[in-house]
Amino acid sequence: MLSFVTRRLLSSIPVVLAVLALCFLLVRIAPGSPFATERALDPRTKAMLEEKFGLSGSLAEQLVRYGGNVLRGDLGDSLKFRGRTVAEIIGQSLPRSLLLGSISFSLALGLGVPLGAWAAAHYGRKTDSFLNSVALLTLSTPTFVLAPVSVLVFAFGLKLLPPAGWGTLSQLVLPAICLAIPFIGVCARLTRGGLLETLGSDFIRTARAKGVTETKLVYLHALRPAVLPLVAYAGPLAANILTGSLVIEEVFAVPGIGQFFVNGVINRDVFLVSGVVLVYCLLLLLFNLIADWLTALLDPRIRAAS
Amino acid sequence: MKLTRSALILLGLLGLLLLAAILGPIGSPYDVGELSDNHLLPPSSHHWLGTDLHGRDLLTRLMYGARISLLVGFVGASISLLVGVVYGLIAGYTGGRVDNLMMRFVDVLYALPRIVLVIVLISLFDLKLKAMLDGTLFAPFATHARLLLLFVGLGLVEWLTLARIVRAQVLTIKERPFVLSSRLIGQSTPVILVRQILPQVLPIVITYLTLALPAVILEESFLSFLGLGVQAPLASWGTLLADGASMLNPVETPWWLIVFPAAVLVGCLLLFNLLGDQLRRMGADAGR
Repeated sequence: MLSFVTRRLLSSIPVVLAVLALCFLLVRIAPGSPFATERALDPRTKAMLEEKFGLSGSLAEQLVRYGGNVLRGDLGDSLKFRGRTVAEIIGQSLPRSLLLGSISFSLALGLGVPLGAWAAAHYGRKTDSFLNSVALLTLSTPTFVLAPVSVLVFAFGLKLLPPAGWGTLSQLVLPAICLAIPFIGVCARLTRGGLLETLGSDFIRTARAKGVTETKLVYLHALRPAVLPLVAYAGPLAANILTGSLVIEEVFAVPGIGQFFVNGVINRDVFLVSGVVLVYCLLLLLFNLIADWLTALLDPRIRAAS
Repeated sequence: MKLTRSALILLGLLGLLLLAAILGPIGSPYDVGELSDNHLLPPSSHHWLGTDLHGRDLLTRLMYGARISLLVGFVGASISLLVGVVYGLIAGYTGGRVDNLMMRFVDVLYALPRIVLVIVLISLFDLKLKAMLDGTLFAPFATHARLLLLFVGLGLVEWLTLARIVRAQVLTIKERPFVLSSRLIGQSTPVILVRQILPQVLPIVITYLTLALPAVILEESFLSFLGLGVQAPLASWGTLLADGASMLNPVETPWWLIVFPAAVLVGCLLLFNLLGDQLRRMGADAGR
């Protein structure tokens, strides 16, 4: 198990570095300067600024300098939010996004899995087809559609919840639900599909012959192998929630990492963009690693093979 | 494969949508860019879905938006289809170390925040590409540089799943007798791939298209909503929804600017997803 983890981590390092380099170069090649203001910038001032932030010299020199700094743990300074380091910005904004994301993640799984299991237990009946339609509807309703509509209805129409902001519990409700809903349907469908496949297998027939009740059969015996596709989906789910968060933070004015990322791209804030992409990559790699590890834990066949 | 009745109904609805996108703007009494003094009118018999901040007719804008959204969807999905099928065919048929390496690459890409990279690519390369196209044969396309980047960027996001599916299929198909016999009579590898194996994976590919289409449309709207996708004077459904969302205020929000683009988007995605479900179910029945 340990060798599996180290091997995966080691093979991920070059990928992360490559993505980081690509990102840095893309932002640097792009037209438009992070130092641009309303007035034309004096070339000498520009040169001084570039010198100060370590953006002078050829692209290769800049990249090597930046790469070296990152390896030493220095993500550089933000070019637009003057006087703040990228590490500081990420340190402040990431926990908010993580909190929001993890609530939505739990909601998607916590509602999706029981719904899917319920549908599978009623396979072919009215409940099943009704739940299927609901799942299809939620997964066809993207986050960026839900967000403005729910603000319109629940914040301004019914005046139940605050429309935006960050800090209180009630301000968390709408963004977390909007971020979770599209993925509830996906989770439900994966659970249902996995369960139906498992329920047709031999060990279930044996258990049924042994006299295990149907409820126990579905929720206890079959669920464990049936959640395997769901575990495999955990990585992509995290990625989707991460990108969905960009919109949610925009609409609900959540000062999370996504806002800084979008601003950074628009402002050509090279260190900020690269830093956030680095964090995103590391997060997702971690998630996929955990998912693979869980798969091995749940599936005895894979455990034996590794 | 015989179409079920619900599949036919869904295809009919899809046809109506296409018709509205193609013919609608022509039949509309309003011009899409036409500014008027009728700011923010609610739905009425003159403007069925109301007007926006600049007095433009929302229904006309939505039908124009359908052109952009569907176009990006179709082209993006086709690109992902092409890349995914070719990649999967090569990996699956070659097998061995090449296959291993190619699929490892797919795994790596799976674990990356692809849409985030597309955002970086699109918003940063837009002007560069425009400058590159200007003065060449392709100058007419220069104004649509961003649209071209969207096609490619989103196409490159969605191909991974298909590559995996096609590879898995090819792995079993290539061991079947008819492939072995065509190799025996000396058919070359490209011929075997195109004439023998490709027709076998085609049904799955078509089913997958109904999955990739809504995914690409969704991603384009997502980017446009953030202001990073399609840009004025072009407008997609995502742009229109973002326009509506920017008018959100506690006093008096023009609800029609949010509700109608949202309904159109959800309706379209639902349509494609339902169609995909039907096709997959028919495929499963046929396979039995």
